[in-house]
Amino acid sequence: MNEKSITSIIDEFGLVSASKIPPLGKYLRETWRRRDFILELARARSTAEYSDSLLGRIWQLLTPLLNAAIYFFIFGILLGTKKGIENYTAFLVAGVFVFNFMQATITIAASALPKNERLIQAIHFPKLVLPLAAVVQQIQQYFVSLVVLVAVVLFTGEPITVMWLAMPFVLILQILFTTGLGLILARWGASSRDINQLLPFFTRSWRYVSGVFFSITIFTATFSVWVSTALQLNPGAVYIDLVRDSLMTSQTNEPIIWIMGVVWALLFFVVGLVYFYRGEKKYVN
Amino acid sequence: MSTDKIPTVLVDDLHVRYRVILGAGTGSAAGAMRSLLSGKSPGQLVKSVHAVKGVSLTAYEGDTIGLVGRNGSGKSSLLNAIAGLLQPSQGDVYTASRATLLGVKGALNKSVSGNRNITIGGLAMGMSRAEVEAIRAEVIEFADLAEFIDLPMGTYSSGMQARLRFSIAAARQHEILLVDEILSTGDTEFRARSQAKIRELTNSAGTVFLVAHSQTMIREVCNRAIWLDKGVIKLDGKTDEVLDAYDADIQEKKVAKEVGN
Repeated sequence: MNEKSITSIIDEFGLVSASKIPPLGKYLRETWRRRDFILELARARSTAEYSDSLLGRIWQLLTPLLNAAIYFFIFGILLGTKKGIENYTAFLVAGVFVFNFMQATITIAASALPKNERLIQAIHFPKLVLPLAAVVQQIQQYFVSLVVLVAVVLFTGEPITVMWLAMPFVLILQILFTTGLGLILARWGASSRDINQLLPFFTRSWRYVSGVFFSITIFTATFSVWVSTALQLNPGAVYIDLVRDSLMTSQTNEPIIWIMGVVWALLFFVVGLVYFYRGEKKYVN
Repeated sequence: MSTDKIPTVLVDDLHVRYRVILGAGTGSAAGAMRSLLSGKSPGQLVKSVHAVKGVSLTAYEGDTIGLVGRNGSGKSSLLNAIAGLLQPSQGDVYTASRATLLGVKGALNKSVSGNRNITIGGLAMGMSRAEVEAIRAEVIEFADLAEFIDLPMGTYSSGMQARLRFSIAAARQHEILLVDEILSTGDTEFRARSQAKIRELTNSAGTVFLVAHSQTMIREVCNRAIWLDKGVIKLDGKTDEVLDAYDADIQEKKVAKEVGN
């Protein structure tokens, strides 16, 4: 067969390359068509995660509660980090939950492809569904945590204000950012298992510079303005602060934090999506 | 080949190379450190296998093609490339619709129940929830797993896993169907049933590629056979002609080996 006859056969009978990745728009539509598949994978993951434990999915609620209690005990009571922060309990719980969502999501997304190797080897589908399933599963867990957070916030005497209306907006921004970062890590994780060894160090460092259990403003008061600004504008701190700003009257942010919340969300989501899509060919071998 | 036949699969100068990871490098931390310092690629020992070396063929609607060849001749790699489950290193495969691979690999997701795996497999193949529900009963019955279907799939024997996987994929009509050694797993009874099922699918599917241990099966259902040898097509033609030539070659090699000894 010469090249010309192959091309003419392909055209005449509408044959499609089995290996060529469709253009981004079509790729995204194919992914959207499998939204039930994404939900099912997320559900399967949740089921699997708690299937070995006696209390089952009660852990979805217990884990965030215990986490909040431990952080409060260590940083709030033993170490007294609460100096200068009003309503330290709510401040801390917000920080822990908001950050934990990002940490858990990117960690799971990073191993989403190797973990689903069997599925990838057996059936052809857009691989984007795998990290997205990780995100969906964690969003569901996050919402349980947020119910606990709202309870803690109300319990510690915060009033319901008009700022609460900003919460859905903040959450959408945070989810977009986290999805984008997760997609970048998912591509790295597909080609190198070493990422899973490195990631805990990254997330731990990130946690310490994001003001999860201390106020960056107070902590960096004696530091140069560059350090203080860099810490405050890092996406981890931005989303934590936006949640605190929305739910707590004692916490308010400069407009720049809100702007950065939008910038990080759009930037990471778009870059992550395109970056992951461009690696699609590599995920099958 | 006459011109009025409708091509459904076109394989154009296909090459498949894949990497096999032999181990985690030098094994010791000191060794890994040394290779890092000396600038050599650290970590894994990787070997590249050239499994398919320039295969071209056209399959038409109504073709049922048996693939024969020794282990490592590239049969499975060829099927995987047609299904789009691995990336060709050169050349390409063109299909009229997405080909489905009926393979023998185990569970899709070991930690959830067989029932959930039916849902996952069906949705992954692009079925809607309603379509999955429509095939569920049939899948469970065919796999003969009614009493185990709510247990985590990790608790299944490998035969049971293969049965369920086969049943999920076989529950659907396929325009292009690729069957890989499916008959080598399961017990005798299931083997007989899956053979019958493959015959049924062969009749309804547009184009079928079949890799099977059983030559009887290939002679019975295939109108065409392709003999693969070390990643290239050695012979492509009518089933009996190709299989006879393949058998003769096996006999010859056997004799040669015995003489050599």
